[in-house]
Amino acid sequence: MIWRGAAPRRGGWPASARSRAGAARHGARNAATALAFAAAIAAASVPAAGDAAPADAGKPIVVASKNFNEGYILAELLAQLLETGGFAVERRFGLGGTLVCYEALLAGEVDVYPEYTGTLARAILKREDSPSVQALNAAVAPSGLELLGAFGYNNTYVLATTRPVAREHGLATVSDLVAARQLRVTVSHEFLERGDGWPGLARAYGFDWAPSGIEHGLAYQALADGAIDVTDAYSTDGELLRYNLVMLRDDKGFFPEYLAGPLVRADLPAAAKARLRRLTGTLTEADMQALNAAVLFEDADFASAAARHLSSLGIESAGGGVDFWGVLGRNTLRHLELTAVALLPAVIIGVGVSILVFRVAWLSRALIYGAGLLQTIPSIALLAFMIPLFGIGAAPAIVALFLYSLLPIARNTVTALVTVDPVLLRVAKAMGLTRWQELRHVLLPLAAPSVLAGARTAAVISIGTATLAAFIGAGGLGDPIVTGLALNNHALILQGAVPAALLAIAVEFAFEGVERALTPQHLRVAHT
Amino acid sequence: MSEHCARFRDVGKRYDDLWVLQDVSLELPARHTSAIVGESGCGKTTLLQLANGVLRPDAGTIDVLGGPVPTTDVEAFRRRIGYAVQGAGLFPHLTVRANVTLLARLEGWPAERIAERFEELLDEMGLAAGLADQYPIQLSGGQQQRAGLCRALMLKPDMLLLDEPFSALDPISRVELCEQFASAQRQEGVSALLVTHDMREAAQLADYLVILGEGGVLQAGATTEVIAKPRPGYVERLLNTQLGDLR
Repeated sequence: MIWRGAAPRRGGWPASARSRAGAARHGARNAATALAFAAAIAAASVPAAGDAAPADAGKPIVVASKNFNEGYILAELLAQLLETGGFAVERRFGLGGTLVCYEALLAGEVDVYPEYTGTLARAILKREDSPSVQALNAAVAPSGLELLGAFGYNNTYVLATTRPVAREHGLATVSDLVAARQLRVTVSHEFLERGDGWPGLARAYGFDWAPSGIEHGLAYQALADGAIDVTDAYSTDGELLRYNLVMLRDDKGFFPEYLAGPLVRADLPAAAKARLRRLTGTLTEADMQALNAAVLFEDADFASAAARHLSSLGIESAGGGVDFWGVLGRNTLRHLELTAVALLPAVIIGVGVSILVFRVAWLSRALIYGAGLLQTIPSIALLAFMIPLFGIGAAPAIVALFLYSLLPIARNTVTALVTVDPVLLRVAKAMGLTRWQELRHVLLPLAAPSVLAGARTAAVISIGTATLAAFIGAGGLGDPIVTGLALNNHALILQGAVPAALLAIAVEFAFEGVERALTPQHLRVAHT
Repeated sequence: MSEHCARFRDVGKRYDDLWVLQDVSLELPARHTSAIVGESGCGKTTLLQLANGVLRPDAGTIDVLGGPVPTTDVEAFRRRIGYAVQGAGLFPHLTVRANVTLLARLEGWPAERIAERFEELLDEMGLAAGLADQYPIQLSGGQQQRAGLCRALMLKPDMLLLDEPFSALDPISRVELCEQFASAQRQEGVSALLVTHDMREAAQLADYLVILGEGGVLQAGATTEVIAKPRPGYVERLLNTQLGDLR
């Protein structure tokens, strides 16, 4: 649930690219409960993390982003800006939302990520106003953070209409709508509900009618078709450009301000900070719309879109051009690494603990119950729980995968051990086998096929779950999936999903081979 | 070695509040087969498990192989006592060879000695050499039981504990196997304690009979003596019903 803070504000994930971008900011309040919950978890461990050592000069600067289109583009801009300034950069893009990025920054796992003033005020500082960059800096300074100015544009709610409608009714500002109440104002369902959406807007501007709601994914097309006249949008949506829409000026200043800017650790080297400030005031809403549209509708990748903007500022970067096989190979290796590093200790500890407890019925039950409980935590939530404890990146993902793998392994091991024919144990004891010899020569070999089957299940589950680890910066085959979701780019999603599926099948076959080699045929566990 | 392989003195055993055995006093002859006969639940198997220390008595004392059943290093003691059960209890993940030679390997016997003893036992128990590398599941019930007896005899034990090893077999293999066992037992000169509910089997194999019932020993003595002079009551009825034609 925590992830919803950064997830689409309109239900399912890839509903529309625009809703994802907006959700990262406006969805924050929606997810206030989830955030508060996660923050409570985080509170336990973050103070220690907050004292992390200052970034040292030899280490690359870690640039992160949230998992929506604009976030990637801004982060890529920052990364290339640093690289062209001679800094080593590590990219941790597509993290699962505001909270993940913010906690990672506090913990020193991330050095900079693009954030919005409104999000900082509302989701992090719990303020309802629209504080200035200076006021926000005063508020985050005690946490060792700094907002290095704003890029220039304000990505907030706007009301949008088509050029013909604007011309016909003389619409330039939101106030102009008062005299044009015959227009079909149709807004997204969420905008209709939110306090900083229609209800507040109507109070501020004195609208005494209630508009109807529409699924946001359909709104732009409906505008273009003339089915509706006015709808809500985010001011940097690429669709505004694509459909050549007019934004009505918020003349009463009702909508909160969402100025984007680099949020950094204050202990970042001064030279790096100065470099990052180069972008201050260089991006207009039109620029950002164009960048968003380039990625969403013109098939540009983040790197080349960012490089283009930097080039317009006179900064030449080598951005763009993706090495497909290289990326695929790297992602696959990383994915295997995550899974294997989690699975191996899960087998050792799962089997070890099972051996320790299986002779005691209630302990065995407790083990299976406990491992089962872990399994019921949604994987994305389990990953989120790991962040306050282990930060972001591979470590928390591996721990989460490890915990997930315990159940199938422990359950299979305990079940196999307790169901060994009691006659065999009586014989083993009467023959004069010691406990250890009984374990080594009777129990474990008899349990081995089940243990192997459990490890096999765990491995396949882990390969699937590891794709979610991209949300906490662990990389792997989830990376293209997360990015693809942010872009509504199916080809990109498949670049992660297909290799992940193939990997799962390959691992199945590998386990089958191991089983064939280790277990006489009549003892193999049947797989259906 | 003494004249007795096992001596029970006033032995009692209870499970919770239920005494399954009380006041059991027995002296079982060494190098012979003794049969313990009685109905199900009369404590036959309990008596066996008291002999190898798997169970401990709640009353009385037990001497086995010339001394009290040890409480420490009981595994070494048990390795002097072969053990075979109904259905053989072979380890399903091990071949016949691996099952039979497991203890010898754990004891660190040299490979040639293991191979030599293994072949000797196959021969003694009438098990085809071709079966040596088969898994138990590939064997018939009688073959499994022969392999189980080989396993029990592998370390040349001083005593055998046999918990109804012949019970689950069809009549023909049963008679064959009993004869084979009797000859092997004599050849090895090993004391044997055979638990059975089959009086006929007991009479065929055992030199000494113990009839258990009502939580204690109803009659014990040389097989010929017991058959000739059964105690009136249960023992007499048992012999009459099961051995009518032999007597």
